[in-house]
Amino acid sequence: MTAAAPTRVPAAAASTRRRRPPRPARVVLHLFLGAVAVGWLFPILWAVLTSLRSYEYTAANGYVSLGGWTLDNYVTAWRTAEFGKHFLNSVYITVPAVLLTLFLASCVAFVIARFSWKLNIVLLGLFTAANLLPQQALLIPLFRLFTEVPLPLFMSDSELLYDSYWGLILVNVAFQCGFCVFVLSNYMKALPHELYEAAMVDGASVWRQYWQVTMPLCRPALAALATLEVTWIYNEFFWATVLMRTGDKFPVTSSLNNLRGEFFTDNNLVSAGSVLVAIPTLVIFFLLQKQFVRGLTLGASKG
Amino acid sequence: MSDLPLIQADPAVSSPAATARKGGRGRGPRLLSRTDRVVIALMVLVPLLLVVGLVWFPAVATVALSGTNWDGIGPISEIEWVGGRNYSDVINIYPPFVPAVQNNLLWLAALFVVATPFGMFLAVLLDKEIRGSRFYQTALYLPVVLSLALIGFVWQLIYSRDQGLLNAALGTSTDWYGDPDVNIWAVLVAAGWRHVGYIMLLYLAGLKGVDPSLREAAAVDGASEATTFFKVVFPVLRPINIIVLVVTVIESLRAFDLVWVVNKGRNGLELISALVTQNVVGEASRIGFGSALATLMLVVSLVFITVYLATVMRENRK
Repeated sequence: MTAAAPTRVPAAAASTRRRRPPRPARVVLHLFLGAVAVGWLFPILWAVLTSLRSYEYTAANGYVSLGGWTLDNYVTAWRTAEFGKHFLNSVYITVPAVLLTLFLASCVAFVIARFSWKLNIVLLGLFTAANLLPQQALLIPLFRLFTEVPLPLFMSDSELLYDSYWGLILVNVAFQCGFCVFVLSNYMKALPHELYEAAMVDGASVWRQYWQVTMPLCRPALAALATLEVTWIYNEFFWATVLMRTGDKFPVTSSLNNLRGEFFTDNNLVSAGSVLVAIPTLVIFFLLQKQFVRGLTLGASKG
Repeated sequence: MSDLPLIQADPAVSSPAATARKGGRGRGPRLLSRTDRVVIALMVLVPLLLVVGLVWFPAVATVALSGTNWDGIGPISEIEWVGGRNYSDVINIYPPFVPAVQNNLLWLAALFVVATPFGMFLAVLLDKEIRGSRFYQTALYLPVVLSLALIGFVWQLIYSRDQGLLNAALGTSTDWYGDPDVNIWAVLVAAGWRHVGYIMLLYLAGLKGVDPSLREAAAVDGASEATTFFKVVFPVLRPINIIVLVVTVIESLRAFDLVWVVNKGRNGLELISALVTQNVVGEASRIGFGSALATLMLVVSLVFITVYLATVMRENRK
């Protein structure tokens, strides 16, 4: 995205001069941006640094020191906090939730973009606004609803929507749909309408138009949204905290809070745990940075 | 809003390219077979049911419950209507309410007055063609991919009383997360740290869309860079400004994770969202009372959501 404007002239005045040694203003700019960037990275780097040092060493020498390098914190954190299990729980929730969100949202977005019915704007508003409501304001009825809806035992050992993966998946889907409907319907509206005319001449049903004409063309938007939604649902904290009860079933982000007690005052362990939890999102971020950024900005601007 | 009327509406034209319609080739309802209608109905109704059932119905129910004295346990038939009593209780006999409102407003002010302009400022700087721009950007929005719960833990390494960096550096012994005089500020720094990157990203995308000839014209007229930005670029960014404003308000209203991981929103870190949650999942389940608090959140958010929708939909129609 940085290369998006190769033709842009920085400023009319500057373009008239030929290349010169860097101006003092540029140096100041780089110093300033460099300082801010380092400051911004610092808390994360500090966490990584702390996680790599033994508690005994930092307890004796203070944290502003060097030495005591070890990987033991990761081993201990992984074992005490049972990260393996919690990561798996996050996968059970995130993967179905993201797929379902993208599927359902693309269905609605397709109808909104493909047809020009008057109610479409209402539909779009209903979905988009749902994404922006404060979750806590809906907690009370939802909590009660979840404790009333039974699930068969093979679906959840709680036999309720409450304290089950199903419940969490559904609530995440319901909340995230709005954003995806909004982004996808904009994207689909930009597709040329002749595509559908041609498809209809070929006798393609609405479903085939959706699945075989529109969806393949939406791959870039779907990829961006998938990246973003994986991050968001993986990071989701509130619903898992209030709609789950069994400690073993918590996804990794909300299991963090339960680690408090286990790690009590050992900051080195806390940092190792934090780094472990951050790794999946950081990997996504570095591998799919373009998708991530595009997903975020697609919602705000057309493009 | 329910079923088939949706499908019988007019075959209007959405894309200018499709205006050249030949006779009888419009997309009238007659062209939709029975199966098509069923498919369309399902494509809309299934997601709609989910969103209405899990978002809009609870929203309406919250408002309704805020006028009752329900304890959350008894049967629905025993619910008694108490009118505005929950609201007057919230204001008059609930000590954490005033601090929570203050903290929410403080949150909004800090994000709005400090973090948002700073994010915008960085976006303006990074929008210039400079070397290493990508590195700077990456560093700045890295916190955006971390959950706020995790951010609470990351900053604990800096704020902790005995093992934190801040006390070691300053030689103090403040419990930055625990001391009710300072903990809201400590949490706000962490929240702002994340918010800046997000805002920078939004503005950067907005700035890329600004017609370069506008700036060139301003430069030809001899306007300084600052004047150009405030007089020319900023007004053009109006839609982004509104979106950022709404995002900031909603983020401040929804702020929850960070204070919940620190101390479940007590002792200096009261927020409305945390109070609502305490009233439901805490020891005392006071449904009507909690709903009154939740309704206040809903009302404020709906005002801004309406502004947001009006803005983005107008943008879309352009």
